[in-house]
Amino acid sequence: MELLTHILHTTLATVFDVLPIVLIIFGFQIFVIRKAIPHLKKVMVGFFYVLVGLSLFLVGLEEALFPLGELMATQLTDPSFIYGKDGIAGAILDPWDYRWVYLFALAIGFSTTIAEPSLIAVAIKAQDVSGGAISIWGLRIAVAIGVAVGIALGTYRIVTGTPLYFYIITGYVVVIIQTLYAPKTIVPLAYDSGGVTTSTVTVPLVAALGLGLASTVPGRSTLIDGFGLIAFASLFPIISVMGYAQLSQWRNRRTPKNTEGE
Amino acid sequence: MNNWLWEFSKSLLESFRDLAPIIIVIAFFQLAVLQQPIPNLGKLVSGIFMVVLGLTFFIRGLEMALFPLGESMAYAFARKGSVLWLLTFAFALGFGTTVAEPALIAVAKEAAEVAAAGGMIVNDELAKDSYANGLRFTVALSVGIAIVIGVVRILKGWPIQNLIIVGYAGVVIMTFFAPKEIIGIAYDSGGVTTSTITVPLVTALGVGLASSIKGRNPMIDGFGLIAFASLTPMIFVMAYGMVV
Repeated sequence: MELLTHILHTTLATVFDVLPIVLIIFGFQIFVIRKAIPHLKKVMVGFFYVLVGLSLFLVGLEEALFPLGELMATQLTDPSFIYGKDGIAGAILDPWDYRWVYLFALAIGFSTTIAEPSLIAVAIKAQDVSGGAISIWGLRIAVAIGVAVGIALGTYRIVTGTPLYFYIITGYVVVIIQTLYAPKTIVPLAYDSGGVTTSTVTVPLVAALGLGLASTVPGRSTLIDGFGLIAFASLFPIISVMGYAQLSQWRNRRTPKNTEGE
Repeated sequence: MNNWLWEFSKSLLESFRDLAPIIIVIAFFQLAVLQQPIPNLGKLVSGIFMVVLGLTFFIRGLEMALFPLGESMAYAFARKGSVLWLLTFAFALGFGTTVAEPALIAVAKEAAEVAAAGGMIVNDELAKDSYANGLRFTVALSVGIAIVIGVVRILKGWPIQNLIIVGYAGVVIMTFFAPKEIIGIAYDSGGVTTSTITVPLVTALGVGLASSIKGRNPMIDGFGLIAFASLTPMIFVMAYGMVV
């Protein structure tokens, strides 16, 4: 019963979320384009699927995965786990003590990105448009590696307390240099993958990790240091996607016979 | 019917594969690192089942509704040939989908807390609410403008990196002048604006536009709208922090 109200509640919230989009699309379709939407019935059914799918997806996450993930984030950042039961008082902060946190950040960043619906959408489109040159799984794994490394580095930043802009600006410089050398066709897609990685699945878990860390590491403030993980998660995929394209370009150049033979 | 069932169970299996890494990670850390039993196993299993089912429906609906809709609108605008209406649509889509975004509402609320704690605004509910709402509209405005810039780029065929590098320079310059408390939130706001429903629509719009305009390559010109939508909020939020 409780589950049913939860599902209903989320569905209603999703409907409200989608309402502005539907109004804008139908408004323009009726008043500006003045033509019926092609395959209207199919589109309506599809919209219904999107609504039901997204609601079930969110309820499932909130019922099962988020509470457990958040609990684990707090447990892993808890001083009694990090310093052992008796070492809390007067412990000297060593970034190495937090190694399980980095590993968790790495693993959870990778796995949540693989399940991110908007990334799946962009990957499907990219495979279509590129005629299969970019595979759905290739893109998803490249992006997931970027997010994993980004979030792990982001947790390291919170532990050490180094300023956020230092990392982000360095990242920008790397992106700009890569842009000059990467194959032209991948650049826009790489820039896009920065924005799509962080939505329904990744943000809540990552936010819990950041806030948990910032509140337990001595000398950090949740308000200033708790933020910034999402910025890491949207910058590093740009680097990893361009890197993936550069790597495959480089491999093709090294073995020209294979590519010509295909 | 049988065929449909076969397709459906195939996509269910695919969704399960998408989710498997999370299950493995959580199980490993819970059992091997934290060495604790998994609480509420029944609830976890039913939750995972719902996520798998939801993802399956979403992907199906994506290909039935969101992709064709975004593309057919792009073709219709290209045929109509009215740039002004296209740009109005682009702005409305960017603004309209962002202003109601739950993730953004949450971030704006936290930003107000930070501002109040940092002494930038008066620490009461009224001031915090107006700060949060102002921030929300600022971000929505910036996403609307971003989609407009992105669509203009597709129409003109400008190379994306020039615009992005200008944007990065904007972010870096603003970082030096914005109040320190707002920087983390500003950087994060770039990531939260693009929701699960907006992304497929906007991507289909861009690719559709690029394929219906002569001389544009959908791969080079079609992608990139999302990139703008996650860059401009950073600049606008820092500007908001400086002005308010």
